[in-house]
Amino acid sequence: MATAIEIFKHLPKKNCGECKYPTCLAFAMQLANNKAKLDDCPHMSEAGRNALASSSAPPIRLVRIGTGRNTVDMGDETELYRHDKRFFHPTAFALRVSDDLSIEELEKKVDHARSLHFERVGQVLKLDIVEVECRSGDGVKYVQTLEHVSKLVDWPLVLRCRDPVIMSAAANRMRERRPLLHGADPDNIKEMVATSKSSGCPLVLCSDDLGKLTDMVEVARKEGVEDLVLDPMPGNMKDMLERCTVIRRSAIRKTFRGLGYPIYLGMPVGKNGMLMALTAVMKYGSLLSFEEMPSSQALPLLVLRQNIYTDPQVPIQVKPYLYPVNNPGPDAPILFTTNFSLTYFTVLSDIEKSKVPVWLQVVDTEGLSVLTAYSAGKLTADSVRNALEASGANGRSNRGMLVIPGMVARMSVKLNESTGLQIVVGPKESSALPKFLRSMN
Amino acid sequence: MADVPLPKEKWTGSIGELELGNSQDKGGSRRSVRLGGNRGMPFLSFEDGERRMIAMAGLVADSLDEVPQPVRDAFGDDAKDPVRWARTWAARGADLICLHLTSTNPEEGDASPESAADTVMAVLKAVDLPLIVYGSGHEEKDSKVLEKVGERARGERLLLGHAEESAYKSVAAAAMANGHAVIGFSNLDINLAKQIVILLTDFGLGKGDIVIDPLMAALGMGLEYSYSVNERIRISALSGDNMLRVPMICDCTSAWKAREATDDVPHAGDTLERGVWWEATTALAALLSGADILVLGHPEAMELARMAVSDLGGEN
Ligand code: SF4
Repeated sequence: MATAIEIFKHLPKKNCGECKYPTCLAFAMQLANNKAKLDDCPHMSEAGRNALASSSAPPIRLVRIGTGRNTVDMGDETELYRHDKRFFHPTAFALRVSDDLSIEELEKKVDHARSLHFERVGQVLKLDIVEVECRSGDGVKYVQTLEHVSKLVDWPLVLRCRDPVIMSAAANRMRERRPLLHGADPDNIKEMVATSKSSGCPLVLCSDDLGKLTDMVEVARKEGVEDLVLDPMPGNMKDMLERCTVIRRSAIRKTFRGLGYPIYLGMPVGKNGMLMALTAVMKYGSLLSFEEMPSSQALPLLVLRQNIYTDPQVPIQVKPYLYPVNNPGPDAPILFTTNFSLTYFTVLSDIEKSKVPVWLQVVDTEGLSVLTAYSAGKLTADSVRNALEASGANGRSNRGMLVIPGMVARMSVKLNESTGLQIVVGPKESSALPKFLRSMN
Repeated sequence: MADVPLPKEKWTGSIGELELGNSQDKGGSRRSVRLGGNRGMPFLSFEDGERRMIAMAGLVADSLDEVPQPVRDAFGDDAKDPVRWARTWAARGADLICLHLTSTNPEEGDASPESAADTVMAVLKAVDLPLIVYGSGHEEKDSKVLEKVGERARGERLLLGHAEESAYKSVAAAAMANGHAVIGFSNLDINLAKQIVILLTDFGLGKGDIVIDPLMAALGMGLEYSYSVNERIRISALSGDNMLRVPMICDCTSAWKAREATDDVPHAGDTLERGVWWEATTALAALLSGADILVLGHPEAMELARMAVSDLGGEN
């Protein structure tokens, strides 16, 4: 929201008091704090209303494609650095097919896209979008391909076609799925904007020059088309990083409306393309389109997106569970740690390193690390006992022993009372676990 | 056409410069690598005209105990001998060698400081790259090992790893007495990163002798924490925080500890290829968040990281 002074500029300055505030300035201050509604002033001009509506718009527009449960939201970001708050809408990944593929090739590619589906710390990692490119130059064929793809998969679609006539037919045919149209260039912008307007589908504007992109945004907005996405068409990784940074910084730091839109990026094939994609996940890409997605590269890409778009305030949590490490039998000891992912992964890898069989009990501490959880009262003798009971740990291990983190040695007595297990205080640092476990055996 | 002003951040600071490896005229026997000097966020040429120098260090260990299997396999028999291993890295274009003297671990081989120093000298003789040298991570033993190594390699300007808040004096002393640089390690926290630099400079080291290691957590194992801690360190340094104006080292080899990197996962492709990308992705996150030195285990991951640096307009 704009400041009171900026809002005041657009008020009628009658000081009539009909808004229930004595002066326009007083009303402006209430507006700035979201304590009044613009409609309370009966004297607002249309121009003033529009100006205020746009100045209170988010710096980067939220653009949604797809419908129903299958939507992808892009944009509406407020930060340059995730530590300042968080990044909100994870980079969407699209796999591209084209209308010159045979039905089998098409189905194979869509199947491949669908097969890249993984579960990880309670979240599903997958591709999001199918992009359908018109390569045949044949409108009928293109629409047939689109219809076939629509039957294969219910993901949102990107329509990639530069011919405005074909695009118009395709967009109007597919409008119910609200695909993203890619896209307009300086030559076809008039027709593409008209198609976007008539179909209600968001539109990508393409130019390798940010000034031209800004001009194109202006053209589209004049026609009332606001659901826009920018494709800065970088030729290499350096251009991509710099253009995306300029777009994001201009929108957020300077509230530069002409670039306040999500970013679409087409990825080249090969290793350089994947390196670009990984960079774009960290640096401001909203939608990445791939011609191919090798299986061995998909998981690193998806996990990177999950990592970067995690809310820094809400750590990723591991499921509370009794995890077998190094094939433990009934004589293996039980160790516990918290469900903070970083703690868990560190402890897990150190136990693996020791090669000593262990039952690792993860206790729900709402994602806090050991000492923090203990101080906050989220790690108590009772919570540990409850976790052990819930996972049936005592039925799995008959060693009668619980190894606890050295940081919370002072829990020993209470833990012994509540669990009846012999308590062994482990090392303070996870890195000392291998030596500790080996000496215990 | 609309004019888009370049949205430069108004930085007041820069990253300090540091040199590793001494040539003959400076009392050493190798090429030197100069790091740091940047005055903007990584790889933004509109903000920082300086080309960005990234040094890639290849992992070498004198015992295979802690070396991930795929990394070992990539070097075959060469991995059995630190000298041959280092030579292979040099031939594959590494800028630095990161030598771990794991054999000195008192709980394993317990090799003597003298024999460890012999290994360092042999590697120094075999390659003309600057060296990063670590002990085995065993505090007491490391202080003896690094003292000996520091003395024997006097003049070569090694980078000794590492000093941390609870144990920094002996490694700092070993470096100061013999003209080496030191890695100041901290555990994923900007304030601790600053603290170790303060401790080292109070002890007498110059800022041009310190590299910080804020702990690079691997992809899927806390990468996001490292990414943000690194970015915050870099932003603070550029905003004028003097204590954080030192180059940063990120060890990406922990990527091989992530199960998902190399376990069989349905539909996730070849495990070795995935592992290589896992390490390379970790490296890329390090690069974009401010790393000046990368430590890498697999030569193909280093190739990818080098490709990224050159595609980003940097140098290595
Ligand atoms: S009603 Fe409108 S014109 Fe009247 S005082 Fe309030 S803001 Fe000003």
